[in-house]
Amino acid sequence: MTAIAAQTWWMTQRRLTALARQPWFLLIMLIQPAIWLFLFGNLFRRIVELPGFGGGSYLTYLAPGVVVMSALSSNMWAGMGALEEIERGTLNRFLVTPVARSAIMNANVAEQALSTAVQSLIIVGLAALGGASFAGGPAGIALLVVAAVLLGTVFSALSNTVGMLVRQRETIIGLNTMLLLPLTFLSPAFMPAALMPGWMRRLSDANPVSWALLSAREALASDPDWGSVAWRGGLLAALAAAMVALSIRTFRTYQKSV
Amino acid sequence: MTQHPLAVTARDLVKTYPGGVRALAGLSIDVRPGEVFALLGPNGAGKSTAIKILTTLARPDSGTATVGGHDVIGHPGRVRRVIGVVAQKSGSDPVATGRENLVLQGRLYGLSGTAVRRRATELLDRFGLASAADRPTRTYSGGMLRRLDVALGLIHRPQVLFLDEPTTGLDPDARTALWDEIARLAAGESLAIVLTTHYLDEADRLAHRLAIADRGRVVATGTPDELKSSLRGDAVHIDLQAPPGDEAVVLRALAAVPALREVTLDGRRISARADDGAGAVPAALAALDQAATPAAAVTVARPSLDDVYLRHTGRRFADADNAAGASALAAMAGAR
Repeated sequence: MTAIAAQTWWMTQRRLTALARQPWFLLIMLIQPAIWLFLFGNLFRRIVELPGFGGGSYLTYLAPGVVVMSALSSNMWAGMGALEEIERGTLNRFLVTPVARSAIMNANVAEQALSTAVQSLIIVGLAALGGASFAGGPAGIALLVVAAVLLGTVFSALSNTVGMLVRQRETIIGLNTMLLLPLTFLSPAFMPAALMPGWMRRLSDANPVSWALLSAREALASDPDWGSVAWRGGLLAALAAAMVALSIRTFRTYQKSV
Repeated sequence: MTQHPLAVTARDLVKTYPGGVRALAGLSIDVRPGEVFALLGPNGAGKSTAIKILTTLARPDSGTATVGGHDVIGHPGRVRRVIGVVAQKSGSDPVATGRENLVLQGRLYGLSGTAVRRRATELLDRFGLASAADRPTRTYSGGMLRRLDVALGLIHRPQVLFLDEPTTGLDPDARTALWDEIARLAAGESLAIVLTTHYLDEADRLAHRLAIADRGRVVATGTPDELKSSLRGDAVHIDLQAPPGDEAVVLRALAAVPALREVTLDGRRISARADDGAGAVPAALAALDQAATPAAAVTVARPSLDDVYLRHTGRRFADADNAAGASALAAMAGAR
């Protein structure tokens, strides 16, 4: 067990070093959320006046939505990195050393978690500059970041699994393009579920993006219902653990094809 | 566990890939500790698949294999601790430096901080990478990357080093340099080296023993010399100083030399075969002198590995390699 922990640490350090040496990549990860925040923030500013929305500032409503959407969209590309490591022979090099399969995958998760957390905090900062308020305070913001990281873990593990199984860039690109907007709009990222048609609301209920958002928004409220935060957060955590376990199992399938 | 007498054993390995491509059709090899063993064959002979199975990356459909005395299927974890692997693709991390790549690799084998740093420096020096040690490996040349790959494979002092086509794609200078390095490795420690190659000269030069692979099985095994002598004889060519007045005199003189077989005369040129060509030459020259038809030049040619390959597979090596390349291209075209 200690060996796996040490291996996870070394493998994570490798990935973080690589990330730190490509700072432009971090910058690119932030441009899109900034655009969403200010574009949607201004375009839909008056949406809060709709009956059923409940009033308040739209930017305050939108900020967690952009945090979660950005976590989704940046983690969906994890499979591209996995593919690159397969094509370069790096994955095979690790697979013939004593390193645990779980350490390889855990390092991916740790790297994605850290970059998602940094990205989320910067978006929160930008939103606060724009006038959004976070009634839940630091605890609420921390839980928003946790929700974003868990959602990111679900989709980076899924992306890694698909990348290892299919080994085609086109499949990952196609899947991401197909999933990103429907998953975002079938969640209360931009619009409360109360304003959705009934069929959409039912889809939204089953959407992990909604689980992340509903628990984060609840935690950010001035008087959170912690039961609801825990219930949806727990569901998300369980899904994340299951997806990571699945991605570790995929090594076996991958090794059958080499 | 007692010391296993063989570094590597493979028995009847069979592997079929999805899509029905049979890469191995019952391949067996034995590698002794401390020897350089080459698996020689054209593209598509199954060499890389054999390496993948022996290094625990792939599993065979049937057959058994041990490395360092450990079963590759039952105890892949034990096998991984005693092997070093240099695959065809580099696999080093391009944004990390050579030193960082080595240190991480050592860490994965559980080496401690000071030990791994000392070992990394030692290997960087030994492979002529000291001046590039702290540059990202994406700035390395092909030859430098290959040397780093070998260093990565050696970081934990393995018992068996696997090299899958180590010199493919290298320029002639880098290739010669790597050959020297492999030869030095083999001479130094009690390290067994298993290398695959589709270069006849590489196997001939580096290997203590080699196996010729063809269509997923081994068709001949032995030292390069054993394999060549199994062809029964060297080619002996003698050029006379002048065309003989009477050919029958020459032929009768040489018929008295028991070591020579299949003697033919064409103008000034005599061709024959001998089990030991060099040993047969003095007697042949003496016989020609006595017949008053002295020789001007003698050549003795040993059979090449290409002759050995031809004998066991019925094809010239280069033809098999080209055919494999062509069918691979056709398969790719078909898959499009």
